[in-house]
Amino acid sequence: MTIDLEKITQEFLSSRDNITKRVIVCTGTGCVANGSIKVFKSLVDTAKELGIDACIELKKENKGSFFSKSGCQGFCQNGPLINILPAGVLYTKVKPEDVKEILEKSVKNDELIEKLCYRDGNAVCKGREEIPFYQKQHRMVLKQCGIIDPENIREYIANGGYAAAKKACTEMTDKEVCAVVLKSGLRGRGGAGFLTGRKWDITRKQKDSKKYMICNGDEGDPGAFMDRSVMEGNPHGVIEGLIIAAKAMGADEGYIYVRTEYGLAVERMNRAVKDATDIGVLGENIFGSNRNFKLHVMEGAGAFVCGEETALIASVEGRRGMPLPKPPFPAQSGLWEKPTAINNVETLAAIPIIINYGADEFRKIGTENSPGTKTFALTGNVANAGLIEVPLGATLKRIIFDITGGVTNDNGEVKEDNFKAVQIGGPSGGCLTKQHLDLPLEFESLKKVGAMVGSGGLVVMSKHNCMVNVSKFFMQFTQNESCGKCVLCREGTKQMLLMLTDITNGKANEETLVLLEQLAKAVMAGSLCGLGKTAPNPVLSTLRYFRDEYDAHVKDKRCPAGECVNLLSYTIMDKCVGCGVCASKCHVKAISGEKGKKHIVDGLKCVKCGVCMASCKFSAVARG
Amino acid sequence: MTSNYVKFEAVCRILEENNFDKSRLIPILQSAQEEYRYLPEEVMSFISSSLNMSPAIVYGVATFYSHFALKPKGKNIIRVCNGTACHVKKSAAIIDAIRKKLGLKENENTTKDVTFTIESVACLGACGLAPAVVVNKNVYGQTTPDKVVGLIDEIMEAR
Amino acid sequence: MGKYLTINGKKVEFTNERNLLEVIRKEHIELPTFCYNSELSVYGACRLCVVEATGRGIMSACSTPPEPDIDIKTNTERLIEMRKITIELLLASHDRECVTCAKSESCKLESLARRLGIEEVRFKNISRKEPKDISTYALVRDNGKCILCGNCVRFCDEIQSIGALGFVGRGSQSKVCPAFEMDLESSECVYCGQCSRVCPTGAILPKTEFREVWKALSNEKKKVIIAVAPAVRAALGEVFGVTEENGTEIAGKIVTALRSMGFAKVFDISFTADMTIVEEANEFLERLKKDDHMPMFTSCCPAWVRFVEQYYPDFIKHLSTCRSPQGMYGSIARRIMPEFLGIPKEELVVVSVMPCTAKKYEARRTELAKDGVVDIDYVITTQELALMIEEAGLRFADLEASAFDMPLGFKTGGGIIFGNSGGVTESVLRNVINSNGDEAEEFNFVRGENGVRETKLKIGGKELKLAIVHGLKNARRVLRDIRADKKRYDFVEVMACPGGCVGGAGQPVYLDLAVRKRRSKVLYENDKIMELHKPQDNPYVQKMYKDYLEKPGSKKAREYLHTSYKYRKRFKETLEIFKSPSDKAVNVEVCVGNNCLRKGSKEILKRIVDGDKFKDAVNARALICLERCSKGPAVKINGEIFEHCAPDGVENAVKEELKK
Repeated sequence: MTIDLEKITQEFLSSRDNITKRVIVCTGTGCVANGSIKVFKSLVDTAKELGIDACIELKKENKGSFFSKSGCQGFCQNGPLINILPAGVLYTKVKPEDVKEILEKSVKNDELIEKLCYRDGNAVCKGREEIPFYQKQHRMVLKQCGIIDPENIREYIANGGYAAAKKACTEMTDKEVCAVVLKSGLRGRGGAGFLTGRKWDITRKQKDSKKYMICNGDEGDPGAFMDRSVMEGNPHGVIEGLIIAAKAMGADEGYIYVRTEYGLAVERMNRAVKDATDIGVLGENIFGSNRNFKLHVMEGAGAFVCGEETALIASVEGRRGMPLPKPPFPAQSGLWEKPTAINNVETLAAIPIIINYGADEFRKIGTENSPGTKTFALTGNVANAGLIEVPLGATLKRIIFDITGGVTNDNGEVKEDNFKAVQIGGPSGGCLTKQHLDLPLEFESLKKVGAMVGSGGLVVMSKHNCMVNVSKFFMQFTQNESCGKCVLCREGTKQMLLMLTDITNGKANEETLVLLEQLAKAVMAGSLCGLGKTAPNPVLSTLRYFRDEYDAHVKDKRCPAGECVNLLSYTIMDKCVGCGVCASKCHVKAISGEKGKKHIVDGLKCVKCGVCMASCKFSAVARG
Repeated sequence: MTSNYVKFEAVCRILEENNFDKSRLIPILQSAQEEYRYLPEEVMSFISSSLNMSPAIVYGVATFYSHFALKPKGKNIIRVCNGTACHVKKSAAIIDAIRKKLGLKENENTTKDVTFTIESVACLGACGLAPAVVVNKNVYGQTTPDKVVGLIDEIMEAR
Repeated sequence: MGKYLTINGKKVEFTNERNLLEVIRKEHIELPTFCYNSELSVYGACRLCVVEATGRGIMSACSTPPEPDIDIKTNTERLIEMRKITIELLLASHDRECVTCAKSESCKLESLARRLGIEEVRFKNISRKEPKDISTYALVRDNGKCILCGNCVRFCDEIQSIGALGFVGRGSQSKVCPAFEMDLESSECVYCGQCSRVCPTGAILPKTEFREVWKALSNEKKKVIIAVAPAVRAALGEVFGVTEENGTEIAGKIVTALRSMGFAKVFDISFTADMTIVEEANEFLERLKKDDHMPMFTSCCPAWVRFVEQYYPDFIKHLSTCRSPQGMYGSIARRIMPEFLGIPKEELVVVSVMPCTAKKYEARRTELAKDGVVDIDYVITTQELALMIEEAGLRFADLEASAFDMPLGFKTGGGIIFGNSGGVTESVLRNVINSNGDEAEEFNFVRGENGVRETKLKIGGKELKLAIVHGLKNARRVLRDIRADKKRYDFVEVMACPGGCVGGAGQPVYLDLAVRKRRSKVLYENDKIMELHKPQDNPYVQKMYKDYLEKPGSKKAREYLHTSYKYRKRFKETLEIFKSPSDKAVNVEVCVGNNCLRKGSKEILKRIVDGDKFKDAVNARALICLERCSKGPAVKINGEIFEHCAPDGVENAVKEELKK
């Protein structure tokens, strides 16, 4: 029996006829970590105590308020978040003890509780519309995230879901679907930015009767969680994208490969695939089109390299995730040697939008060569870390200063001059500096300055972050995650890490820098797979923009940011009044002195933890 | 019924559920690990024999993926996020403090009495709360070395 | 119409080459590579065969198929620098005790470092000294020398279908090891040693024992006799730059060399190969008549024998019970030679020269020992023989040829071609087919390179089907087909090494298949110039039977020339299910090997541990495996194995045991 989307929509809408208010609690990973599950439970319990009409399930007989959970709303640093509809109120940092007040004031009545609202400076922001973080975004892929219940397929359908899949399956030919996607100019959001439509078309043209469609949800970049949020917040959007992709190339089986660390995403994807299969949008003869599509969820087992297409395929086949040389490309010979297309989560989530609104509408957003929007995970030293979505071509300035509220220093204060750099694209990307604040972020422009969109992690560094240390951090990561197959990546990342470690320990000289650069270029040019080819990017990019920091480490044995502990020393200046606070705080008893007299630091004992400096009320401790 | 038999039966069930399919090796190992909390050698041997695979290949897969544990893990698992955001917010100091507190030597991740295991994970996706630490499934955000040492003290006292 | 591409500015035609590397080689340019081996899958890991293509950047030649009009350069400045860095990186993590490394001079890492002009290693030395794995008789593994090219892993898996070696760990921590990082002896290794042939460095080497041979030679109280396998003469000359059409001259030089080293007698394994044929042909006809475990498998390749013993216990009875030529040599040397040569038994030291590493293992099989004493004391490889010749300072090329000692020096062409895949079959056929002509019959249909060759022929009105197989993966396929009744044969010859013994791992290392083909040709040419071609015509063999062994298949012959086989576990593991605190508890071990498990051994185990019925009175274990695969489920109760078990029966048997 063919699924009737219209009927499901009507049923769903009528089931909420008697619902007057909706309270949405964000249960993305960030909010959960802040206790949003407790908040939700308290909401349900307290409503009962107070005798407020409320339900947690949409049924015709239910009336009053409807409490639901949502996926990540992006405003993670301010969680747990509660939305109240239709008023459009957004409460931040809600604690279980706030729930009673919320129910009494804002649910029973329509009062606003100002103390739970976000403040932009002194201005109280009532809801999303008034918060700069949301105002300045363009939420397209994330539109449904944080609003709909990710565990309710009917709500997804009632919001227009699976209409694009139906259209693609019943009204369009395979070739037409490919053509629309190609025309939209959509480029892979997972890294390299290959044209999605072209990838599909190559796979479509293969003559094999068996083909596979894989969704790559192995988001491993440290500091990136866009795909996780989409899978948690809008799993059906991803499945719909997969159905359309499978239709476009003639695949009848697919996999969603989800990173194992993303427990909630695995759970939600499993649930969504089951619901979609039960309801009939997956399985046999979908939408009466004579096309079949069977979808499996596969949980990764902890290997960053499996984000690489051929390694991911090896992993699905049950082998060590070691990349294979290309050609042959997966589109020609992929999973079980059959033509296989692999797309990233965010790419697939954009597909239904393109099919629904057309390629031309899609192209209106973003730039000529990079149309559409891109989600970014903003972390590091920013006032409001979280998940955002902006049109491609937006500037760094808009993202960092307008949306997330500026750069913080070690003490959490926002100051204009705190900003030092942004690391974009994680361990395969590069860094951008003040000179790039007005650079439109898109595939080509970033490549030109030695960075890449990558998966979209943006880590903001303040002046207290040492860039050599940052590149050492990423090298440590890739070195750990290198599969060990090809020599340049396996041995090259190891040697680069050793050199960077020497530099941060003051044991390197100028020759080290020359060799480091040579090695980085060789690894970039000659490695077998994308992991190795991009692993040197953080090094090369920091060498390019922060050469002076490297020079300070090797020539003067000094870390300008004061982060490389082995290059630091603490001294107590004459200002010292001899209060003894630092001496009592020092874990290793490196500080001595008589009460009331100037103290001294024993450099041999000192472990450079900096606690003395932090605890001195007289600013008498100096770091050099 | 002995607990060993229950586990053994579970592995048999896992194999059956996966149709003794070699390509399902990773899910099979994942499920087996859930039963035993790690992958004992004899269990891997049993799986390789049942799937008609060379044990070297099974072992190769088990050692490739970081999710698989080849040694028993402690009763309490402390996972410190070392994603970029957490790193930038000095998660390394937290790891050092925990290791010192637990008296772990280099290359040692589990205490001798198997009560604690420390793991460093690349990004828990809780970047907004950096630095983040997970102690037995509870996520703690914006932690400091002192706070985490306090948590360990609490667990130790509760025993 | 021809397709063309450009290499270093020159237009080059290509046809069906699989990759750019092969096209480039055709142009006589030897790109450096560690991991490319035409016998194995393309791996693309060493990054040395990189080329630069206009408009496409840098790519590895081994993994790129040739395309028309592509314009590549093989030696640009960038490429030179990259290759240097790659070699330096490898050297930085390599145990660089090169002078004392047995692979020195034939090490590819060493030669490439020289070729690419590496003058210093600019990177930090991160090499690790690893303990060597000397657990087997056949091979020595040294992970400190491993460059992780994966050739051994792929050979073991792709060609031999064994997978004894695998990658362990990830990234710079990864290494090549048997399962669970055990030693090789505990693994499924069948000792074919081909891993050592394809290893570019000294990470896997055949184990040597020629030092002990020197010791024996210098011991005045000992008389050392030696026998040389047929394939040795086809390859030894390569080491000394001597090549020859048919190997007789080289065989003669070998004899001279061995004599000058002090061997008391120098024999030819080809003689016992002739005997093997006579005995095996007799066995074949007998078994054919009785339809006794047909098809009959040859048993002269010890790696293949071990393979059957490990993986196909149900086929063990199909193996010919004839000892291999080395086995027969050992037996004759121990039992007949002392009297024949007048050497006191205790003074005799028996040595053989083999193209093979598995022969070292074979010599130590307990089935080939008498009263705990093995027949053969030392087995040295062709490589070791070359080392001994060099060490003795003999200028091999200039040596005069001399003749083997009698009687174990006379052979027919049938014994010579043993060293080739198909040789055993051809010799058996020469024996079996009743022909009176003196001319050698060339059974060209059994010769060739294909991994599985089949042929039919009529003998005495009966049509026989034969298969000749080399490479154990091919063997596995044939066994599966036989088991599934997809194929029916009467006689199957299997050699573990591609090409047979000429391609053995004890031979000088070859990577070019042309080398192996040349060796094979040498043996066939040698056969051509022999006086006799049929093993049964060997007068010394006839005399040996007459004087000592009566006739083929006699009781004496069976005692001297045959052997037995047994199931050998691939690996052994026990899962403790319940351990009783009592030391008087009944031990119940239930086989949970693949077959038993599917036949319900789990339910048996459950019955034993379920509830309180036996409480602390039993120790229950799950075991892989009790070797009763076709008769499962198998259960061992206090040491006694029961077959075809069911829960009720086992419960009762345990109750009985408890009563005792």
